[in-house]
Amino acid sequence: MTRLENALAALKSKGRKALNIYITAGAPDVETSKRAILEAIKAGADIIEIGIPFSDPLADGPVIQASSSLALKNRMSPGKVLSIVKELRRSTQAPLIGMGYINSLMSYGYKYGLDYNGFERYVTEAKIAGMDGLIVPDVPHEESVQMRASAKRKGIHLIEFITPLTTPERMASTCKEANGFVYCVSNLGVTGVKELDFTQIGEVASKAREFTDTAMMVGFGIGSPEAAVKAAEKVDGVIVGSAVVKRLAEGKFDEAMSLIHSIRTALDSAYSA
Amino acid sequence: MDKRFGRYGGQYVPEIVMPALQETEAAYEAAREDREFQSEFKHYLKTYAGRPTLLYEAKKLSEYYGRGKIFLKREDLLHTGAHKINNALGQALLAKRMGKTKIVAETGAGQHGVASATVAALFGMECIVFMGVEDMRRQKLNVFRMELLGAKVQGVESGTGTLKDATSEAIRYWATNIEDTYYLIGSCVGPHPYPTMVRDFQKCIGREIRAQCIKDYGRLPSYVIACVGGGSNAIGTFYEFLEEKRVKLIGVEAGGKSHTENAKTLSGRGRPGVLHGAYSYLLQTQEGQVIEAYSVSAGLDYPGVGPEHSFFRDEKFAFYDSVTDSEALEGFKRLSRLEGIVPAMESAHAIAYLDKLMPQAREDDFVVVCLSGRGDKDVAHVAEILNKQ
Repeated sequence: MTRLENALAALKSKGRKALNIYITAGAPDVETSKRAILEAIKAGADIIEIGIPFSDPLADGPVIQASSSLALKNRMSPGKVLSIVKELRRSTQAPLIGMGYINSLMSYGYKYGLDYNGFERYVTEAKIAGMDGLIVPDVPHEESVQMRASAKRKGIHLIEFITPLTTPERMASTCKEANGFVYCVSNLGVTGVKELDFTQIGEVASKAREFTDTAMMVGFGIGSPEAAVKAAEKVDGVIVGSAVVKRLAEGKFDEAMSLIHSIRTALDSAYSA
Repeated sequence: MDKRFGRYGGQYVPEIVMPALQETEAAYEAAREDREFQSEFKHYLKTYAGRPTLLYEAKKLSEYYGRGKIFLKREDLLHTGAHKINNALGQALLAKRMGKTKIVAETGAGQHGVASATVAALFGMECIVFMGVEDMRRQKLNVFRMELLGAKVQGVESGTGTLKDATSEAIRYWATNIEDTYYLIGSCVGPHPYPTMVRDFQKCIGREIRAQCIKDYGRLPSYVIACVGGGSNAIGTFYEFLEEKRVKLIGVEAGGKSHTENAKTLSGRGRPGVLHGAYSYLLQTQEGQVIEAYSVSAGLDYPGVGPEHSFFRDEKFAFYDSVTDSEALEGFKRLSRLEGIVPAMESAHAIAYLDKLMPQAREDDFVVVCLSGRGDKDVAHVAEILNKQ
């Protein structure tokens, strides 16, 4: 079992829900983002999604768009994210998942004039650095054949998605090979906090269980302990991004950490066995 | 339908968009083979847009170069002033057929936004157009035109506030409102089936050129030239002649200021990458961050290009070159003076390319230039530039 699978199995055995926190690498600045990752783990995060900034983040709402452009101004890059992971591995064993867009990952190594697949090179080095998985939100299952093969070869999880609109026919193919966890998009649209109904995705996730035993995580629009508790009901955990990133961008570091802590507490009191 | 042109194209979109994309694909696949749909499309092209457009022999322009014959395919004479209406009509008819009540579109210079607002008014649909705030400032008149036509123009401040950001925002809006909204892309870019569909709706341009050349002159052109931003007028012009080895196809890209690096996606600075759903040539840094394109023409400053053009480039089905801002301005002035036709700045790039081509042309060469749009929208901007010089 991988580090991610072990962590998820340990949570499950205690009946606990996983708390997955997204933090953009390099925003508001490189040092703060590194510190935020370690402190988020202390505050109760089980898994960290490290945002790899891209110039045109199609699947992200305004908060993460802004943090991505800021991170790019701070010269963050896919390669530097791996250095951060390597550094973090000295002090944490929490699963670290990279979240980035295909174009920058595909370009990895390009400046050295290498002619082999940039993505394959990235997963190779990511594994060595200690990264556990990758989320590439602009590549649907149909386009990820080679990427899945590379990730599998190198022992990195490539995360699959389901949404409230995913049909059972599509689930049969997207969930069949799912590993690590399945990213359940809670609602239509892009990342960001809004007033939401999480029942629909709960039902979709339950349906997806027919096709896979992989853990299900709900993300998009979760910004409070109440929302996290509701969203987690039918799944194994939740993903919180914009709510944390926004506070970090506003310089409210402690508030971001206490939000994580309060979500952790609320999840545990609602679901611990 | 094939999702790719060689290795280019594909569907690089978030999972949330996939069902809608597959729905659009299935609907288009059916419409493509449906006689009723095709005849309704033709009906609107003829009675509303004003097709077929003229193939005009530009005698004074030919005289200026002293050799060959130059013809202009007058897409500028279409309703709303550019070829964009061909595609907007086709896609709006498809949206109607799919039962969608709202249209979302992106626009750079505003031509596609105007075309979308126009067809939305025609077919009684709601229309929201995303436009970069920087472009809104440069193209105030088109913003007002869209509003007059009943569309809502939504300013986009993210990124650089231009076409690329407006496109991302339109896709995000689509992802949020996918159940009742149709995404009307303005060029042969984006995920499959858009590049194929936009090409199909634009290929009337090349088809008419062939028929007009054969009927009036009993021959095919030697060269066919069109400007390329995303590349929809060029793909529609070229497609008919793909198998005619004697017809040379030339796509003219924006060269920007001569020293700028941010132009020439196919003819110089780009390398393949993924933007807005397709794998195609792209202006980007070594680390794969997209670079904002620059051109005097707002319709050509897109960092990507239609995936089918990338395929044509690699397979040498067409040849791609560029002209600079100042060369395009000369073309703009020359066509106005010599023929009394004010071209769009985009089309002025294709006109300006004649300076490179005609000195090598033969006496009996037939050169057809696609005049994709009229220049009214650019007059104020050009006046500003000329006053500065």
